[in-house]
Amino acid sequence: MTLLSVDNLTVSFPTADGTVQAVRGLSFSVDSGKTLGVVGESGSGKSVSALTMLGLNPGGDTTGSAKFNGRELLTMSQPELRKIRGAEIAMIFQDPLSSLHPHFRVGWQIAEAIRTHTGVSKDEAMSQAVELLRLVNIPQPERRVRAYPHEMSGGMRQRVMIAMALALKPKLLIADEPTTALDATVQAQLMELLVQMQHELGMAMIIITHDLGVIASVADDVLVMYAGRAAERADARSIFLTPHHPYTRGLLGSVPSATGVMGSRLIPIVGAPPSMINAPSGCGFHPRCPFAMEACLDEQPVLEDIPTGVGHASACWLPPEMTGVGVAMDTARQRYAGTHRGPRSAKLPGVVAAAEEASVYA
Amino acid sequence: MQHGEVLLRAEGLVKHFPLKEGIFFKHEVGRVKAVDGVDLEVRSGETLGLVGETGCGKSTLARSIMRLYPLTAGKLVFDGTDLSTLSRSEMRPHRRGMQMIFQDPYGSLNPRRRVGSIIGDPLAIHKVADGADRKLRVQELMRVVGLNPEHYNRFPAEFSGGQRQRIGVARALALNPKLIVCDEPVSALDVSIQAQVINLLEDLQQEFGLTYIFIAHDLAVVQHVSDRVAVMYLGKIVEVAEAQDLYRTPRHPYTNALLSASVVADPDKARTRDRVILSGDVPSPINPPSGCRFHTRCPKAQPLCSTDEPQLVVRPGDAPSHETACHFPVAEGEKLASQKATILHAVEGFLAEAPA
Repeated sequence: MTLLSVDNLTVSFPTADGTVQAVRGLSFSVDSGKTLGVVGESGSGKSVSALTMLGLNPGGDTTGSAKFNGRELLTMSQPELRKIRGAEIAMIFQDPLSSLHPHFRVGWQIAEAIRTHTGVSKDEAMSQAVELLRLVNIPQPERRVRAYPHEMSGGMRQRVMIAMALALKPKLLIADEPTTALDATVQAQLMELLVQMQHELGMAMIIITHDLGVIASVADDVLVMYAGRAAERADARSIFLTPHHPYTRGLLGSVPSATGVMGSRLIPIVGAPPSMINAPSGCGFHPRCPFAMEACLDEQPVLEDIPTGVGHASACWLPPEMTGVGVAMDTARQRYAGTHRGPRSAKLPGVVAAAEEASVYA
Repeated sequence: MQHGEVLLRAEGLVKHFPLKEGIFFKHEVGRVKAVDGVDLEVRSGETLGLVGETGCGKSTLARSIMRLYPLTAGKLVFDGTDLSTLSRSEMRPHRRGMQMIFQDPYGSLNPRRRVGSIIGDPLAIHKVADGADRKLRVQELMRVVGLNPEHYNRFPAEFSGGQRQRIGVARALALNPKLIVCDEPVSALDVSIQAQVINLLEDLQQEFGLTYIFIAHDLAVVQHVSDRVAVMYLGKIVEVAEAQDLYRTPRHPYTNALLSASVVADPDKARTRDRVILSGDVPSPINPPSGCRFHTRCPKAQPLCSTDEPQLVVRPGDAPSHETACHFPVAEGEKLASQKATILHAVEGFLAEAPA
């Protein structure tokens, strides 16, 4: 069952330098009990689209629609949104220090969230807060509810954020880089907790991250974003095994895989992400794309289904059957061969060329 | 120096930070034992990866090796010279041989100075080149790291994160150092830019025969760049081995947990493998646990572990380069107990108790 469906969402911010078009026509949907992973680099519009849906983005001009359980979120009044936020849709923010109030004890902050949405007494809410801290594996929760955020480590604070988000058993949990700031072993604990919670409650999750590893381990479906648009959408296996959009392939080529051949070279994407004030014409990725053609400069390809998998769609002019990490990447490798391989002396000027290209869009 | 000879050796390196109290009469109330007895060898031309979680002392070790801090105890021999007791001024000529690249490409460049003068700083401080000579050398360095030499007069704010990191690399290269300590050089960068900087560092290593100490918390990146890897936990090295060896047959339970916790960018592998999930957080380095410091979180801990501290030695059956500090090292194929069931239990308990 579709829980959230976003249709043609655009968000722009007026600034002194011009209008920043953060999100430029984004559509996706999330089913109950499923996990959608949203990947993309900084500035690709991942977080902005999540914040906009929750009405937490007052400065932006928004068009399009976002329906949660059949109700339109974008035109909802703030009092109505307030009833949904925290209770039905909860969000975990990336930076736990700036999302917790420094002046109140963490137990109070969790209890406040509970009391805002339910009629329970103060004592009852506080004892629920203790249970929640126990759930997220904070030692001595009876004592820790009385701690201030600054008395906790980063990992502890992020656990408090997760406890707060799970307090009312939301239908949809939006986690914006939930474990990026955490260490590997703590990250593993908390992801396991989220997955177990999802399993028991049947809640839907949107996990926003730039870490492909997190996506690989928890996401059912993946949305790859670039320059405010969806570049590719598919189930997790298709994204990793038969990617179509060159940006997705570039991302996969940029991460060293722990299973790959040791000593093999990474294939980075040349250049840097574009400024969203002067977004490139046509396909936003064309300045960095090894496959760029005439058509890419003029016209933005629409997100269209390609035959490799059910619901696999890509916004790229390349022929739909041209998927895969292997064959297609070889073409890209050949493009790089002149610059990044061969004798050392020939290699360094190539890096310069890449950097100069980057400076145009920096 | 021959390729493969020992370039840097640390013996029993200790760095404690005192915790002080009192306004007029400051007295020590405790010590943060950031680095607590580290033995380490770095060979010429290799990349030594250093991994561990926040607060395990990776960065303090790097800065101690650079002698940015006075050492509390221990010996540090670089290129045949004992650096551990040198004063600041005696240290200065030796700094030419060792340079550092920092994590934050925003915080490590002075925003009010032009890029040319930032990169030229080491040349000025060590009186290597002056005037037009220095400018020429700086522009050469900018070209080598893939920056446009015409951007000599720009300010750091005019560059993107990846380009700023290249500026940091150029500055580190200025004096033709032998050793470069890279402290999380790519963790602040976007994924696609990370790959550019990693490739640049690899190219420069081959071109100039550099030796790297590469610190990162991303295990996949460390595996990709390193010849050997050392794993740190609470101020100690718990395991060190050739990179392939360490990733294939990790012996220390902590290394096992760390490797299994690191996420793999492959959906089939990521979902089918057994993950060792540890309980709790890293303890405080002010009061590290007795005996083996990992025993409070270790799935294999025995009474012996809380009393006797294991030494970093080669275990029977391992390669001579593979050293582990553990009384009960993990055998190949052995499965460690995971906290997965505990988490499931906690979730079920919570849902049963909480009102619907």
